[in-house]
Amino acid sequence: MANPDSKPDLIIETRNLGKVYRTGKVSVEALRGVNLAVKRGEFVSVVGPSGSGKSTLFHIIGGLTPPTSGSVRVESFDLAKLTDSGRTRLRAKTVSFVFQKFNLLPNLTAGQNIDLARYFGGNRQSDTSEFDDILEKLGIRNRLSHLPSELSGGEQQRVAIARALVNHPAILLADEPTGNLDSANSDAVLKILRDLNDRIGQTILMITHNPEAAAYGHRMVRMRDGAIVDSGDGS
Amino acid sequence: MIATLVRSNVSHRPVRTLLSTLLIGIAVTLILALVGVSRGMTEDSTQRTRAVGADIMLRAPGTSLMSFSGTAIPQSFPAALAKLPHVAMTTGVVNQEGASLFDGVTGIDPVTFQAMSGAFIFDEGHIFEKPDDIIIDSYYAQQLKKHVGDQLTVLNAPWNISGIYQPGKLAHAITRMDVLQKLSGNTGKISVVYIKADDPAQVDTVIKELQDLPALQNYGITRMADLTTLMNPNNIPALRIFIRVVIGIAVLIGFAVTSLSMYMAILQRTREIGILKSLGGSRGFIMRLILAEAVILGLGGTLVGILLSFATKWLLHVFVPASMPQAIAPDWWWYAGLIALAAATLGAIYPGYIAVRQDPIEALAYE
Repeated sequence: MANPDSKPDLIIETRNLGKVYRTGKVSVEALRGVNLAVKRGEFVSVVGPSGSGKSTLFHIIGGLTPPTSGSVRVESFDLAKLTDSGRTRLRAKTVSFVFQKFNLLPNLTAGQNIDLARYFGGNRQSDTSEFDDILEKLGIRNRLSHLPSELSGGEQQRVAIARALVNHPAILLADEPTGNLDSANSDAVLKILRDLNDRIGQTILMITHNPEAAAYGHRMVRMRDGAIVDSGDGS
Repeated sequence: MIATLVRSNVSHRPVRTLLSTLLIGIAVTLILALVGVSRGMTEDSTQRTRAVGADIMLRAPGTSLMSFSGTAIPQSFPAALAKLPHVAMTTGVVNQEGASLFDGVTGIDPVTFQAMSGAFIFDEGHIFEKPDDIIIDSYYAQQLKKHVGDQLTVLNAPWNISGIYQPGKLAHAITRMDVLQKLSGNTGKISVVYIKADDPAQVDTVIKELQDLPALQNYGITRMADLTTLMNPNNIPALRIFIRVVIGIAVLIGFAVTSLSMYMAILQRTREIGILKSLGGSRGFIMRLILAEAVILGLGGTLVGILLSFATKWLLHVFVPASMPQAIAPDWWWYAGLIALAAATLGAIYPGYIAVRQDPIEALAYE
C-alpha cells in the first residue's frame, strides 16, 4: 500500500490527521488535522501538556489504533487502509514502543521478554553479534536471566529498549521513557537513545514533559489541543 | 514461545493455578465419585448376594434385581424346592427396607442359611438368640459406633445387638426371619429363595426344572454367575440415565468453573495482553495462548480429580462404611479427562474472544 505521492526520505508523514474517541454519546476530538513529517534517521522530541494529543499521535503511528480521518504513512504503509492484522504486523516488524512503565511481562525473564518480541517479528535466530553489541552497550547482557522484579527501573527500561530494537524496527516510539526513572538513569537512557540514533541511524520519536530530555532530539514538535503548534523545523 | 508463556503464567500464579485446577478437579471428582458409587453399590450388592453361596436366586413376579424386598413367595417354597433333583439345599430370606436405602434388615433361617453360606464370623458376640436380638456387620457397627449389648432402633422397633459379624453377606443387619415377618405383617411369606445345586454342572438343569414348574411361572430365576453382568450399571436403564444426568451436571460445573477461572485470569492480565498486542502479538497467538493454558489447567484438574476420587472413596469407607461403597473406575479416567479438557477449552473460548478483541490502548492503561 505504498503512497506514490510520498517523499522517499520521509519515514512518517501525516496529513490532516484526526482522531475522535467516542464513549457512549460523548465524543472527544483527540487530534485535529495533524500534519507531521519525519525523515529517516531523525530523533524528534514531542512535547506538550497532558491531553494535547501526543500519545494519541503515537498510538496511530504505532498502529495501535486507526485514525478517524486524514492519512498517515509509515514506511510504505498507509495506516488508514491497514486492517487489524496489518497493524499487528506493523507493530511486530516496523514500529516498536518503549513505554514510561517499561511494560515488560512480569513472569518472563529479561531475555524471554526480548525473545518474545523477536518471535513476533518472525526473527527466530538466536542473538546475532550485532544485537550482542547493543546488549553490551545497554549494560544488560548479564541481566537477561533475571525477572523484571529483580531489576532496577533503569535496567528494566534498558531491557525494554533492547526488546524494542531486537527486530531492527524502522521507527522507535518512546512514550515518556524517563518518566519513571531518577535523573541518573534518565540521563543514561537518553544517552543510549541518542547513541542509537547517531550510530545506527535509528529513527526515534520521543514524548516527554522534560525540556532537558527534549533537548536530546534533533528538533522539538510542540502540541496543544490535538494539533501541532510548532513542528520545530521552521515551517 | 507459547509453551514458555504458559509455563510462566501457570508457575508464577500458583494460587490461581491451584484454585483453577482444584475447581476443575472437583468437577472431575464429581463424575468419578458418582460413577464409582453407582458401580460400587451394585458391585457390593452383587458380592453380598453371591456370598450367600447359592447357584440360583428365585424372585417373586414383578420384583427387580435392584430391590429384593417385598414378601410375595410362600414360605413353603424353599422346603418344596429342596426336593427337586440335583438341588442340594435351599434357604429363604425376608428383605425389609428401612427408613433409608441403607437401613434394610434381612431375616434368615440361621440353620439353612449358614449351611449354605458358611457360619458367620463374629468380631464380637454371637448369633441372635432372643426374638429382639439382631446382628450387624462391622461396617454398620463402625458407622453407628455400636457394640454388642447396645440398643439399636431399626424398622421403628428396638433391638438388642447380640453380635457383630464380618461384612460381606446380605444386608448390614440380620435377624430371625419369623420375627421380621411378624414385624412387617407378612407371616408365612418370604422375599427370595436361594438354591444350591448338588453339582455346578447341574445348575442349568435345575434352572430348567424351575422354569418348567407351573407354580413358578413369571418368577424371576437368576443364575448367580450372571448377577455381576446383570447388575452392571450399563444394564440398568434407570442407573444409566442417572449417571448421564450427573455427568451432564459435572460438565456444566466444569464449564462454568473453567470459564470463570479464565475470565478472571484475563481480567488480571489485561495489561499483559495489551503488552503482547503492542509487541505485535496477533489475535490468533493470544487465543492459542489462552486455549493452551486452559488445556494445561484441564489436564491438571483431571489429575487432581482422579486423586480426589481416591480421597472420596477413603472418606466414604472411613466415615460411612455401611452406606455407599465407592469403586475406583479407571476406565472412566479417560472420559472424565476428555470432559474436563473439552469444558476447559470451550470455557476459555469466550474469555479468549474478549481478550483478542481488547483494545490495546485501554489494556495498556489498565492498572
